[in-house]
Amino acid sequence: MKKSSTKIENAEASDQLSTQHLLGIKDLSAADIELIFRTADGFKEVLGRPIKKVPSLRDITIANLFFESSTRTRVSFELAEKRLSADVVNFSSSGSSVSKGETLVDTVNNILAMKVDMVVMRHPDPGAAMFLSRHINASIVNAGDGTHEHPTQALLDAYSIREKLGKVRGKKVLIVGDILHSRVALSNIFCLQKLGAEVMLCGPATLIPKHITNLGVKVEHDLDKALIWCDVANMLRIQMERQKGDGISNFPSLREYAMLYGLDLERYKRLGKEIVIMHPGPINRGVEISSEVADHANSIILDQVSNGVAVRMAVLYLLAARIPRLPV
Amino acid sequence: MDLSNPFLIFHCSFYILHSLRSGIFAAMQPLSLLTSKAFGLTVGRLCYQLIEDHGDMSGVALIGLQPRGVFLARRLRKELQRIIGKENLYYGELDITFHRDDFRHRSTPAAPRTTDLEFSLDERKVVIVDDVLYTGRTIRAGLDAMLAFGRPASVQLLVLVDRRFSRELPIQPDYVGKWVDSIDGQRVNVEWQESDGKDQVLLLNDR
Repeated sequence: MKKSSTKIENAEASDQLSTQHLLGIKDLSAADIELIFRTADGFKEVLGRPIKKVPSLRDITIANLFFESSTRTRVSFELAEKRLSADVVNFSSSGSSVSKGETLVDTVNNILAMKVDMVVMRHPDPGAAMFLSRHINASIVNAGDGTHEHPTQALLDAYSIREKLGKVRGKKVLIVGDILHSRVALSNIFCLQKLGAEVMLCGPATLIPKHITNLGVKVEHDLDKALIWCDVANMLRIQMERQKGDGISNFPSLREYAMLYGLDLERYKRLGKEIVIMHPGPINRGVEISSEVADHANSIILDQVSNGVAVRMAVLYLLAARIPRLPV
Repeated sequence: MDLSNPFLIFHCSFYILHSLRSGIFAAMQPLSLLTSKAFGLTVGRLCYQLIEDHGDMSGVALIGLQPRGVFLARRLRKELQRIIGKENLYYGELDITFHRDDFRHRSTPAAPRTTDLEFSLDERKVVIVDDVLYTGRTIRAGLDAMLAFGRPASVQLLVLVDRRFSRELPIQPDYVGKWVDSIDGQRVNVEWQESDGKDQVLLLNDR
């Protein structure tokens, strides 16, 4: 009897997230991430059913605030919310009162006044989600804040690696490309390290932040050497919209970038070993990755997208569990 | 009541002891409701009752509810396969976590288990299997979760233990291994050879 009661206590300790917002992977513990993955396993099975919907969040209302363009993340969050039976309101900055000069807090407070429990937000400014969490009484999910973090992307990336290779611990993951402007890279570094994977970054020196090695990652500028080292290669997109000025400013030309840091079939075959190919999307085919490699058998790019819904369902479910119920 | 009548006192105390023999007087020590041998007989009887109603079980799907109902469902499947001499019975395991009605009522959310249900339930006769029927809320969630897999022709409920008191929903079993009358502070634990080392049903006092 004593045995069973300690079992329940342990279960309680790891059945709850340690945080009430998802602002970044930096705030999560390894146990939080494992909990999200275990919960996502359950939702992945739900998504394979003829009726892919569960009633868990039917008393929760979620606002999706997108102050920056997005296809995958937005659709994925909306689908996750609807599969959980939450009520959903969508908002995008174009065509809204933001263009009339309303501040972020005012915009969100007006939406919250309509009784919203959770806010999923993408914003071009780093720290926007953190700022909001300090001023707003709702559970905040960061869906990307500028060049800072994109936690759900990192979670679904690590979840996809775990699914493909069985575990994340001890795996060598290479992140290639525009690390300087990438929130995906930063969240991935935190997430993979917390799960016990080794991370290496690769790209032209101008696209790798100066002191990034302080985070405990390796840096390599020769893509072929880096590929030989890794088990998984995550090919990031060159972010044209975040380059200074008009067009490209951190490297001479896209053609040169593609030649030095693009992964094509010839380079892949030259490796002589199997590695898993990932890409957070949207793909610039022929720049960071060629079509043959993107559609290769070892590419899990579309699995990442499908897993995204299950992982986001898990995040929303676990955060909703922490929202106090109003007395009836 | 005339307390000077010793016969009446004897009679009353006998009645109280009898009706609450599994109740407050049995505090402290866990009380064994089903021992290993009786356990096996009960599971066997449930199988024969199923066969009596459903013949060779074709068209019937046995669905164990996670987490504890699957032990009984697996045992029933094995026994039925042996008795009928047929390997391919429709069998599934169903997790009801996301269909529970106490999400955000508990301090922590329940952890999901695996669902393994590879066939459609359309037009099948479903037998839902769980270890203990108490408030009926798990079964309600199970019915809800089950409907995602099709529209069964009929649904029956089989439980090893029916705690008759404290039902909170109008749900009754079709097949019962053992009826138990117990009070709120008590707990009925079904233990399995596979997970706990021994087949038995115990009545415990939580406080």
